[in-house]
Amino acid sequence: MAANPWFSWTYVVENADTLWEHTVQHAVLTVEAVAIATVIAVPLGILVSRIRWLAGIVIGTAAVLYTVPSLALFAILAPLLGIGRTPVLIGLVAYALLVILRNTVAGLDAVDPAVLDAARGLGYGPGRVLVHVSLPNALPSVVAGLRLATVSTVAMVTVGVVVGYGGLGQLMFQGFRNNFYRAEIMAATLACVLLAVVLDVAIWAGGRALTPWRERRRA
Amino acid sequence: MNVLTEALVWLNDPLTWTRSDGIIDLTVEHLVMTAIAVAIAAVFAIPLGAWLGHTGQGSGAMVTLGNATRAVPTLGIILLLAAGGLFGNGAAVLAAAIFAVPVLLVNSYEGVRGADPAARDAGRGMGMSGTRVLFQVELPLATGLIAAGLRTTIVQVVATIPLAALAGGGGLGQIIAFGMGTQRYGQVLAGGIVVALLALVLDGVLAVAQRLVTPAPLRVNGRPRRPRKAPVEP
Repeated sequence: MAANPWFSWTYVVENADTLWEHTVQHAVLTVEAVAIATVIAVPLGILVSRIRWLAGIVIGTAAVLYTVPSLALFAILAPLLGIGRTPVLIGLVAYALLVILRNTVAGLDAVDPAVLDAARGLGYGPGRVLVHVSLPNALPSVVAGLRLATVSTVAMVTVGVVVGYGGLGQLMFQGFRNNFYRAEIMAATLACVLLAVVLDVAIWAGGRALTPWRERRRA
Repeated sequence: MNVLTEALVWLNDPLTWTRSDGIIDLTVEHLVMTAIAVAIAAVFAIPLGAWLGHTGQGSGAMVTLGNATRAVPTLGIILLLAAGGLFGNGAAVLAAAIFAVPVLLVNSYEGVRGADPAARDAGRGMGMSGTRVLFQVELPLATGLIAAGLRTTIVQVVATIPLAALAGGGGLGQIIAFGMGTQRYGQVLAGGIVVALLALVLDGVLAVAQRLVTPAPLRVNGRPRRPRKAPVEP
């Protein structure tokens, strides 16, 4: 029996092209899903935090949807939407949306009422309060939601393999099928973790750049 | 809506459910695998989390662990375990247990750590030893959070086990994997619906169970009460 090492640098070098291609596919899918989810979730979060009775319904529905396993959601969407990228993307958007929505609502709810009062006392209209006071204050919570959503999405993309579009998951599965080729599964798994870390740090840095006053307060 | 009809026809066939390796058999297998995975994780994580919470050590490690495990793809771990010689079901159960540990660990840690300091002081003042404070004061106060952690864990494991089918294992994921392999997309849809329903029903049942095991004074809308910021005295 041929040697089957857990990790092989030779594999990584010889298959750099394939690894890169799947990593890019994985990254693009993740970023696209999180971006679409953000565009939907943040305005929805703002709306929900203003209309109380809506909050219960939306958050409740989100919680129920979140309970559905990703594999099951992909399996339900794929036959209806066609095999491939679309069902995976839509599934990922759904999960990311829930996380970002929850954090947006929590962030807006946690804004100090005294600060809102002060802004109103200065003559700010509702629109200006939202843009200049509420949203900047909720931003750290939103960014935390974005990070959580991104990291979970990176891990979840691999499940897309069940409907034939799993980015690096495709390589893991191929390695498994290919006589349990450990080096391939390991390389793809590590690439996946690495991608999650890189995206997480990028969003963290972005969040810090957008909220310079937090750094000053701590100093 | 051809696929939908196909799925309904398949689900409507009694044989689909009752034959050997039908939905009922697979559900039982699925639940047994879930129970084993949760038991392994709980035996390890709850005592450790409670003890760390009692001694107040390792809060930084707790946060790191919770964040780090989220980035690891479960599928990769299952396939690696399977490639290491632990086939199908075993690989999935072990992987699910590994991913269940952080949730349980963090919740038992936070539960014990977050016990009211006044209650802990009262216990000490009554002459309780450290261990008795842990068992008779802190752990009862932590039941709410530990129960919440168990509920999250069980639902998460039920959602993870279907991946076993991709590594040649059993459970309800088999219906989906088999349907994809044979291009019977009606079955894929039906399998997805069955797995989703199992998770939802289990979550509902556990929500009730969680409420029942949480001591009445700690209940607030099914969630353990955590004191908010104290009101400022004028």
